[in-house]
Amino acid sequence: MRARRFLPGGWLSAYAFLYIVFLYLPVIFLPIFSVNTAATPKFPLTGFTLQWYEDLPRTPALLDAAWNSLIVGVSASLLATVLGILAARSITRYRYPGRRTINGLIMAPLVLPEVIVAISMLLVMLQLGLSLSLFTVVLGHVLICIPYSMTVLTSGFEGFDRSLEEASADLGESAFGTFRRVTLPMVAPAIISSLLVCFTISLDEFIIAFFLTGTEATLPIYIWGQLRFASKLPGVLALGTLLLVASFLLMTIAEILRRRAARRTQNEGGLYA
Amino acid sequence: MTVAAEGSPPLRMTRARRNALLQSEPVQGFALISPTFLYALILLVLPILVVIAHSFWTQHYLTIDRTFTLENYRIALTEPIYRDLLWRSLYISLTVSLFTVLLAYPIAYFISFHGGRHKSLWLFLITIPFWTSYLLRVMSWKVILGYNGVLNSGLMGLGIIDEPSTALLYNSSAVIITLTHAWAAFAILPIFVSLEKVDRTLVEAATDLGDGPLRSFLRVTLPLSAPGVISAALIVMIPTVGDYVTPKLVGGKDGVMIANAIQAQFGKAANWPLGAALSVTTMLIVSLIAGATVLIIRTLQRMAR
Repeated sequence: MRARRFLPGGWLSAYAFLYIVFLYLPVIFLPIFSVNTAATPKFPLTGFTLQWYEDLPRTPALLDAAWNSLIVGVSASLLATVLGILAARSITRYRYPGRRTINGLIMAPLVLPEVIVAISMLLVMLQLGLSLSLFTVVLGHVLICIPYSMTVLTSGFEGFDRSLEEASADLGESAFGTFRRVTLPMVAPAIISSLLVCFTISLDEFIIAFFLTGTEATLPIYIWGQLRFASKLPGVLALGTLLLVASFLLMTIAEILRRRAARRTQNEGGLYA
Repeated sequence: MTVAAEGSPPLRMTRARRNALLQSEPVQGFALISPTFLYALILLVLPILVVIAHSFWTQHYLTIDRTFTLENYRIALTEPIYRDLLWRSLYISLTVSLFTVLLAYPIAYFISFHGGRHKSLWLFLITIPFWTSYLLRVMSWKVILGYNGVLNSGLMGLGIIDEPSTALLYNSSAVIITLTHAWAAFAILPIFVSLEKVDRTLVEAATDLGDGPLRSFLRVTLPLSAPGVISAALIVMIPTVGDYVTPKLVGGKDGVMIANAIQAQFGKAANWPLGAALSVTTMLIVSLIAGATVLIIRTLQRMAR
């Protein structure tokens, strides 16, 4: 029997629909105006063109920025995921004093204004005499990616049946063999999911890169520079659309993998729940 | 074989005890988390301590004078520009968190109570726009609200207005709209999680005992989901106070926020200690407001019961 609930489902469904429209509408304008012939984004649309996309590969600054973003994204996601694996494994597998405090500290970048994280890292790096470069951007991105990596990995590691590992050890596998043949296959989807999430975050991250980079621009910094010129807007919209599609694909794959990981370890929830 | 291994029994005992200690849960767990912990310590805690230290110093051109002073805080709290920026940032972030939570609650409720088998699909749908570049989402609002923007051209096309309105962009309302949109997904998730934890039999019991749908919602569901509301409010409020991109892109002169002033101190104005003091002040005020929010919601929760 279903209990009567506050507000009938019909009204709520309508609201949910409107809400989804509100969420998606602004994002949808990027692709629409990126194939419009007019240089200013306004209605009515003037005509269809792929010119803005064709111009993209002919912009050396953009290609440099894309390459830089790729380097930063790959390095940051690898490092953050390694650190995330260690921490998530420790949190889900062991009980020890100070566990919650340490976990809270590692998750703290989630609830700090990014500007403050960025300028405090900037100060320290300048004090240490580190010259600003893509390397310093990677250091910053790793810090803000770890909490997301942790969330994804904890959901993959939780409910992980420890007796499987014990059984493997009892049957004579070495610690490394157990890890490679029992632990790793179970958690691999969660790890890949964490890599994808971190890469997406790094690819889109602006503030930290803005403060911590030297002369090399990442994609968001390139976009930021282009935003000053009204005539460059269609190109930015085209680039933005491509980034949108890339993020969407990466996140969809990450979510599918995370669910598979959660199912393997018989655990519900995760990044969203 | 070492000499120690053949040594006297007490020595072997200590070694055994040491091994046992090394294999004990706490030590292994701590050893495993220590690289990540150290990383956060060196790149988060240490930098924040350095910022706090700087906030008590002064800068003369390129050299930092390390004598203790509260002058930066005096400037941050009493100079009208910074005081106004702090107030505006607080006002904007509180408004944005109020709106996001109010708008998000029904959605979270809908997914949790009426989502059926498609709960995770709904959540995924809602989080997708959040995974697109923040910069681009802010920019699309600029495209919508601008003088030649979507909204203006649309309204003119419909004959509702005769000439483009300049009131849409470059003010604090534009900042509030953009931020409310940008943080929507963040508010839905924690509320959804706490609604999922609400024991459905309690709602049924309230109904059976004669509470109407509205009363049982107000007295059972809403108070039980208060933790989610608290974390949603905090998760939106804390980062939005320090938002830099949105005010810069859609805020204009009237929408400038404290982060823009902080950035200026580390950039053009080049007064690190003042920038540091502004950052620390912002963090302190945010923490105070966050604490107050938690208290208020908890009190309301208790009163509702």
